[in-house]
Amino acid sequence: MEKFRKLTSIVAPLDRANVDTDQIIPKQFLKRIERTGFGEFAFFDWRYLEDGVLNPDFILNEDRYRGANILAGGRNFGSGSSREHAPWALMEMGYKAIISTSFADIFRNNCMQNGLLPVILEEAEVDTIMARALRGTGYKVTVDLDSQTVKDDLGLNANFDIDPFRKNSLMAGLDDVGVTMEFSKEIDMYEGRQKKRW
Amino acid sequence: MGKTMFEKIWDQHIVAEPEDQPALIYIDLHLVHEVTSPQAFEALRLTNRKVRRPDLTISTVDHNLPTDDTRSEVIKDPIARIQVDTLRKNCEQTGITLYDVDSTAQGIVHVIGPEQGYTQPGMTIVCGDSHTSTHGAFGSLAFGIGTSEVEHVLATQTLRQRKPHTMEVRFNGKLKQGVTAKDMILAAIGKMGTAGGTGYVIEYTGDAIRHLDMAGRMTVCNMTIEAGARAGLIAPDDTTFEWMRGRKFVPKGEKFDHAVDQWRALVSDEDAVFDTLIEIDCDDLEPFVTWGTNPGQVTRITDNVPSPEDFDDIADRTSAENALEYMGLKGGMAIEDIEIDRVFIGSCTNARIEDLRSAAQIVRGRTVASSVRAQIMPGSTLTKLLAEKEGLDQIFMEAGFEWRESGCSMCLGMNPDILVPGERCASTSNRNFEGRQGKGGRTHLVSPEMAAAAAISGHFVDVREWDTE
Ligand code: SF4
Repeated sequence: MEKFRKLTSIVAPLDRANVDTDQIIPKQFLKRIERTGFGEFAFFDWRYLEDGVLNPDFILNEDRYRGANILAGGRNFGSGSSREHAPWALMEMGYKAIISTSFADIFRNNCMQNGLLPVILEEAEVDTIMARALRGTGYKVTVDLDSQTVKDDLGLNANFDIDPFRKNSLMAGLDDVGVTMEFSKEIDMYEGRQKKRW
Repeated sequence: MGKTMFEKIWDQHIVAEPEDQPALIYIDLHLVHEVTSPQAFEALRLTNRKVRRPDLTISTVDHNLPTDDTRSEVIKDPIARIQVDTLRKNCEQTGITLYDVDSTAQGIVHVIGPEQGYTQPGMTIVCGDSHTSTHGAFGSLAFGIGTSEVEHVLATQTLRQRKPHTMEVRFNGKLKQGVTAKDMILAAIGKMGTAGGTGYVIEYTGDAIRHLDMAGRMTVCNMTIEAGARAGLIAPDDTTFEWMRGRKFVPKGEKFDHAVDQWRALVSDEDAVFDTLIEIDCDDLEPFVTWGTNPGQVTRITDNVPSPEDFDDIADRTSAENALEYMGLKGGMAIEDIEIDRVFIGSCTNARIEDLRSAAQIVRGRTVASSVRAQIMPGSTLTKLLAEKEGLDQIFMEAGFEWRESGCSMCLGMNPDILVPGERCASTSNRNFEGRQGKGGRTHLVSPEMAAAAAISGHFVDVREWDTE
């Protein structure tokens, strides 16, 4: 997993509530057995027109948001299906952090397992970021995981919470399985106790 | 202070609680299917790790299996075929039991777990599928996980979890004829919203829950995730134990009695306190129909489709606007006036034998409207065989329904069963998201009874007014 420390980038705004994982990566693209190859299909139904050309009306297709590494989304982002293909697809699109007022549980977990940082801010703060990203070209924010802040050049200075264990894993680029493997003895002991119980 | 059922199960499964880390929870049963597992097995291979407990892991193929009679042959869609074959190879290499297409135990993963008796009270159960919450109907702590977590469970048989908050959703009163478990949970989601349960484990209580059969309880727990909560539980009782008795992997004889004693002890203590309480009155509940593109956009059969102006909150208003446009509906029109093209009775929400029986009651001696294509995909092969033994397949086919093989099918449209753009479907599944049943497809979530009645009428109707003998 890639480390996440500090990121300054253009913000791409997706001002919709309840963006579900069926939208992020439609089911017809879930059939791959690799972790890669999902990016071009992200937001497929919104992003492309019938004949496969980019839909000019879909906001993330606009030139001014090209190359953005930060996505701002509406509340309850990532609801629905547990498919981890959703964060994989978003990361392949180039996103490394997503800012919203709230995320669905499984999606948020899945993001953090892959080094995609979900940032929860207050409604007013997300509104500010969204409005500034919608209004101008080249609007940037800096997400700093160490200090747990999001800042821009126009005076925004927002703090966010994150589970300290997750923060540590993200900053060090650690995967969970490796950390848990160090508890093999405890797992053995638990299994031993269970055998006796039944 | 007493403990809730959730807290009891949680405490029994703590392997370690390292400082500054989420707890390490032991997983008793891991269910695996073809779509969310290949990358997890691949990661194990790359890191030279083994499946720790293949004996606590079972798998089946359900998500992209065709439901016509070609399914035992080579799957036509080459990419789906690779996924199914990959699961076969992975199970063979790791010693995990696979209920393949030729097994009577094959079926939707959340239908076969209980059916075979794998699902038992007090267990922790996970699966790379958000509707794992279904198994909570037995008083097990069951929730969906992503593929990285699937890998974690395969390798360690544990999961890292912060302890969630607890919520009681109490269904008071008694359901009227024609109103079902599906309507209870749709009413709850309508009230809570699709994020109302985020961060919580829900326990469903109250008289109306106690009177539900196991299929109904599974329907309620199944859709817990649509309210944003990952797990929903119902206290096990005699209904639970009688339903379980004699199933293949349930303990037998004295062992069963002993197990029942332990299971009874799981229920929430009387003085247990939940962090939040929501109450729903079931006396006046009506059949519900979703009108929008998430399960919280739902209303009663006797109501009208709402207009965006009916919502105070701006985000809700925009959502309603988008939803109405996508669904091709106008605010203010009566739900009963919505005409449908397709009917899907299936999915892990409502394709158990009890659901098929209820739908057959409505369909018996009637004919599907000529404008409607109606299909039934039983939840498992065993369910299908049982239904055929009872003659339900005849009732459905005589009425003009297609009687198909089991699988997820049109719940998520990964196999060839999908809606074409603009088609409108009365569906017993759990998600009405844009494109879920096929790009441009329009999904309305309803109970099996309501879906059956809509198939006959060609539009939504109040099934309470129908005679069944
Ligand atoms: S029936 Fe639908 S909800 Fe259930 S497991 Fe299959 S795809 Fe998921």
